[in-house]
Amino acid sequence: MTTPVAERLTSLVAALRAHGIRVGTGETVDAAQAMAALGFEDRELLREGLAATLLHGTAQRPVFDPVFDLYFPRGVGAPEPGTADRDDLRDRLAAALAADDEALLARLAAEAVDGFGGYGSSPGSDGWSSYQTLDRVRPQTLLARVRADVRAQNGSSGFADRLLDDEIRRRIEAFRGLVATEARRRVAERRDRDQIARRAVAPTADRVDFLFAGKDRLAELRRTVQPLARKLATRLAARRRRAARGSIDLRRTLRGSLSTGGVPMRPVLRRRRPARPELVLLCDVSGSVSGFSDFTMLLVQALHDQFSKVRVFAFVNRIDEVTGLLEHGAADAAGLGARIQAEATLTGWHGSSDYGVALGEFAERHGDAVGPRTTVFVLGDARTNMSDPNLAAVRHITERARRVYWLNPEQRSQWGTGDSAAPEYAELVEMHECRNVRQLGALVGRLLPI
Amino acid sequence: MFTSVDDVSARLAETGYLASPAVATTVFLADRLGKPLLVEGPAGVGKTELAKAVAEIAGAELVRLQCYEGVDESRALYEWNHAKQLLRISAGRDETWDETRTDIFSEEFLLTRPLLTAIRGDEPKVLLIDETDKADVEVEGLLLEVLSDFQVTVPELGTITATRRPFVVLTSNASRELSEALRRRCLFLHIGFPEEELERRIVRLKVPGLDAALAESVVRVVGALRAMDLRKVPSVAETIDWARTLLALGADALDETVVRDTLGVLLKHQDDVLKAAAKLDLDAL
Repeated sequence: MTTPVAERLTSLVAALRAHGIRVGTGETVDAAQAMAALGFEDRELLREGLAATLLHGTAQRPVFDPVFDLYFPRGVGAPEPGTADRDDLRDRLAAALAADDEALLARLAAEAVDGFGGYGSSPGSDGWSSYQTLDRVRPQTLLARVRADVRAQNGSSGFADRLLDDEIRRRIEAFRGLVATEARRRVAERRDRDQIARRAVAPTADRVDFLFAGKDRLAELRRTVQPLARKLATRLAARRRRAARGSIDLRRTLRGSLSTGGVPMRPVLRRRRPARPELVLLCDVSGSVSGFSDFTMLLVQALHDQFSKVRVFAFVNRIDEVTGLLEHGAADAAGLGARIQAEATLTGWHGSSDYGVALGEFAERHGDAVGPRTTVFVLGDARTNMSDPNLAAVRHITERARRVYWLNPEQRSQWGTGDSAAPEYAELVEMHECRNVRQLGALVGRLLPI
Repeated sequence: MFTSVDDVSARLAETGYLASPAVATTVFLADRLGKPLLVEGPAGVGKTELAKAVAEIAGAELVRLQCYEGVDESRALYEWNHAKQLLRISAGRDETWDETRTDIFSEEFLLTRPLLTAIRGDEPKVLLIDETDKADVEVEGLLLEVLSDFQVTVPELGTITATRRPFVVLTSNASRELSEALRRRCLFLHIGFPEEELERRIVRLKVPGLDAALAESVVRVVGALRAMDLRKVPSVAETIDWARTLLALGADALDETVVRDTLGVLLKHQDDVLKAAAKLDLDAL
């Protein structure tokens, strides 16, 4: 293998590692062998070959693909000059969408970025923007035209015809992806490719910040719940098995050794009472942190059968039990937040969160939910809108519960800034930073009682 | 075994398995690099079929280890035929104990199970370890030795190393997270739902009597269902079932009534059926 190719492979691997994908040297060697076996004629084969040797799971693919596009680009430099005429480009795009011609769509994406995505003129501050390209070409407005085109070509094909709109929308979405890839490729040619690969490629779903995740990322996050819950459930079950073996009961061992003259022939293990722990969740579901608490509730719901009793309380400035809502709404993850807002009494006179009042109300009205076997999780950013944090209520809860943990979706450095009462609460309960799925998974696995 | 990726696709197609480029590439590499292939993906997309097709091409014997909770060493590797050993001991009268003892732990009394079977012998073999995720974690440890060095250690006999490496396919539905160590030993392949065009070809191949236009509509509807947020989206197996159902009903085009009456073939949860019916604008059920 020639040096530049080997070098390109190793930088690709380095970029993957920077995104948290663990690739060992053995895999890199395999990948090199795969490249030698496959040759370079077909780029898609090469992509599949590298994916098969370097990756270990499906979740890594969304990161791998854009990184691959950067290191093994479709072409170099600008495409053959097309027309710089916007209407002409839109005409051809509509035709390509109607025909669902992927190769042509890729070429048009390159042309669109070249023609309409360039910004700046001085070296260093110029580049290509997919946002600007899409803003000017506006592929989403082509829907009606493409629909008419397809109908004109094929005639109305009966029932399946009513699916057409959704299909075209998916094609347009794919085109937007192509434009983003092309813009990244062009920028990477001008600047440092390694840097673009680290910065411009979106992280895997489990590393997205809860607080900054957009709508589509949230949907993606929700899909990670099931696998994560399964992983945690296996881990909890294993831990419970190990713990069940127990430790040596010294008193009973010695008692048993009397018959052998004080020589402890048979160690007696301490028997464990089979008690499944109870869990209470207090979730701030106000707008600012709703993504986070939604997600955590889903996770706990998925872990439901690991605990004898799970009770979930939601609050904004008043608190209400939502356990029932979670149980019968298993299938509908997206509507959960909305349903909680609609069906539970969470707000009093105003709509902003008030931890002091909510926690006080919990201690007063639902105090019996917490007992010596309960582990309590409080989920929220501890931003009280300048009202009294009501530390007495928290102290009351910690005194009754077995353990209390607070998961805060804000960066640790933000705690205590503005109206955050995080440091005050952190003195009373163990507070952990929990910004993304990865952290949440690690924390939940560590903190959940056996 | 194969000369190129195209060769893989062509020969898989001969056995009736239509492979996407990703599948063909990975099979080619698994053969070339001599590494096990870990196949993940939803149920019913042809993970197990792939192993069978490869076995058919290679003219190899398919050795299958079906994993389940509680599968153990004696089910996966080997065990001693105790009954036969006892017979041997009680039949031998005039020999010394030492002779008997060495004798009863010889090949004759060894019952080989799939993993050992796949390693022994010179004829080509395809080892299919099905639903690896269903097995306990301990079994994975067992697999590690087999998959990295293609050898099995039997304490009484020593280490048995493969003279001819089997082609290994592991399948998983990801119901449990497989260990990193196991993943590292394998090439990874995710078989998702096929592209529209490929699925159309699969339907035509598996349900030959179906009209081309109807096959296209079938695939489009299934594609639309997959884009919905359902508890269990239909897989390729369900697409084929549906196509067969339509053929049996003698439907020559899709319309609301036919789709409504047969939606149960595609969807396995009542709330999915309701959701899909609403999205597809079918009349109230």
